[in-house]
Amino acid sequence: MDSFWLVTMAILAGAVRGGTPFLFVSLGECLTEKSGKINLGQEGSLLAGAMTAYAVSYHSGSPWYGVLAAMGVGMLLGLLFAWLSQLPRTNDIAVGIALMLFGSGIAFFFGKPYIQPSAPLLPGIPLGAWSDSTQIQAALRICPLFFLGLLTAYFLAWFLRSTRWGLQIRAAGDQPSAARALGISLKAVRTWAAMAGSGLAAVGGSYLSLYYPGAWTEAISGGQGLMAVALVIFARWDPKMCLVASLLFGGAQSVGPALQAAGIQTGYYLWNASPYVLTLIVMVITCSTKKSLAGAPGALATGE
Amino acid sequence: MAELSATPSVQPGSAGLAPLPASPRLRRAWGPAFEAILIPLGAILLALVLFGLFCKAQGQDPFKVYASIYKASFGSWFAFQNTLMRTAPLMLTALCTALPARLGMIVIGNEGALVMGGIGAVIAGLAVPAWPHHLALGFMALSGIVWGGLWISLSAGLRQYRGVNETISSLLLNYISIAILNHLVNGPMKDPTSLNKPSSFPIAEEIMLGRITFGDFTMRVHWGLAFGLVACVILWFLMQRTTFGFQARFIGANPKAARLGGLPVNRTTLITCFLAGGCAGVAGMVEVAAVHGRANESLAAGFGYAGILVAFVARFHPLAIVPVSLLLGGILASSGILQRAHKLPDSTSLVFQGLVFLVILFSDSLYGRFKIFKP
Repeated sequence: MDSFWLVTMAILAGAVRGGTPFLFVSLGECLTEKSGKINLGQEGSLLAGAMTAYAVSYHSGSPWYGVLAAMGVGMLLGLLFAWLSQLPRTNDIAVGIALMLFGSGIAFFFGKPYIQPSAPLLPGIPLGAWSDSTQIQAALRICPLFFLGLLTAYFLAWFLRSTRWGLQIRAAGDQPSAARALGISLKAVRTWAAMAGSGLAAVGGSYLSLYYPGAWTEAISGGQGLMAVALVIFARWDPKMCLVASLLFGGAQSVGPALQAAGIQTGYYLWNASPYVLTLIVMVITCSTKKSLAGAPGALATGE
Repeated sequence: MAELSATPSVQPGSAGLAPLPASPRLRRAWGPAFEAILIPLGAILLALVLFGLFCKAQGQDPFKVYASIYKASFGSWFAFQNTLMRTAPLMLTALCTALPARLGMIVIGNEGALVMGGIGAVIAGLAVPAWPHHLALGFMALSGIVWGGLWISLSAGLRQYRGVNETISSLLLNYISIAILNHLVNGPMKDPTSLNKPSSFPIAEEIMLGRITFGDFTMRVHWGLAFGLVACVILWFLMQRTTFGFQARFIGANPKAARLGGLPVNRTTLITCFLAGGCAGVAGMVEVAAVHGRANESLAAGFGYAGILVAFVARFHPLAIVPVSLLLGGILASSGILQRAHKLPDSTSLVFQGLVFLVILFSDSLYGRFKIFKP
């Protein structure tokens, strides 16, 4: 019984700890897709963000500068995506794959000198200080970026629903021709959405290198940037659902390590695949060839 | 054909009209072909310039870097063989993206199909250690094709029957296949003597894929290169010269019309994706049977992802894949010298690949924009 509680708690703590990067990337992807473009280059933004955040934190001594710098780099990559994907005869998916390659190349290239040294990391908020158990304390030590992500999710939901800009983004994603007729510049709207989205993904990357696992390595991302794309489908393009989905995925990711910590070794490597299998299962259940999904932006991946 | 060419043609010039100036006639005949060759070449040149600027920013002399790349990839027979050894898996994995692209799909599960093909080949090889050389190799290749093929067919099936985006599903399958590989080489298939790098049991020495030999001329390059060349030619023939290929291209051009016209859309898609995955599976088999001799994490060395780039640069044309693979193989082969002679990290080639990819996509938007290519 004891080990059951240990595993459960480890998974719950892991859901928050491992879910935060998913949250940022999926919110960014949600915003980008609402404007009618799929950005698979989020993986590149995530890695470039992780590297930049770590490097800037190392040189400046403040992890928060690192987070800001990551956001800047992410927005630059987003700008590149927006420009290339809106040229005639190009395709979002191909541009995304190219940016994934380019972003990770840049991150690995410039990140080489930062693999060894240790940079100042983001502080955790000790919400579990009331408890005597070190395990509960560790589980309730939560990064401020998680709360920032929480706020962003609700803010984004409000922004898309109730503001003029939100309406413009949704119009660009649902009915580009109508948006154009209203005098909305598709180019401007999509460029801003892609930049903001890519910037958010890079903040998710900074969480990886500055909080958990809290070091810069080339294997820091296990494809979280790509899984976020599937996660947005699961969340039906609703920022608040992105929160739920991210926690679920974070939890799935921590099943393997939690079982191993509890002394259960069987299938450790297979458990590592659980977030990917979960994503696949979710997509198989939610997708359909007959109708487009509720909440899906109408112009998504139509090339318009 | 002979009759056709014997009848006087109605081309201007031969039919008694005043002959057109040479240049428009040349343009009409060669404009599109020149465009299709010069734009990618220009793009690669631009990528080289950008890469040079990148090296310059790192305090390296770009021309020395180019010279090093050339020397380490095409400069000598020894270097060229290094390049060729990397060309073989690239051709095969590139086909994994290029074939489904004809159907309008973007499949990026090359790495996963390669890994599954490698696993399949090892299992087959371990099962028949005493078979005659060629029979055992054929069995391993078949197993690689089936495993890799089914892996990509899974993506295709999910798309056709459940509407799941094939790009995302094939990418997720990459991670799943690597987890399966890790599970197998750390668990059921683990060779207890492989401590530092968990690996499967090795396949028998006698059934390894050998080097290319003609008479007493032996190369260091293994027969995988021939597999790749043959696959490119066969699949070019299949896609450009057969009814099946026409169906596939028709589906890619207009899926709705193809369905209304009664073409077997699902079947064609599944078969094409099976062949595509099979090619990447053969790449895995070649890596196992000719290079590593066993399955371990070296299988996922990035040939799959580089294959995506090759397919895009070659504009999904099976024959164009051959020279593009050769070029990229050369760049991969030179990554060692960049580390040793120029102190550039091994990820430099990744930066270069990313640059080439971005510039090639940019160049796609240039087709039809230059007046000189217009007829």
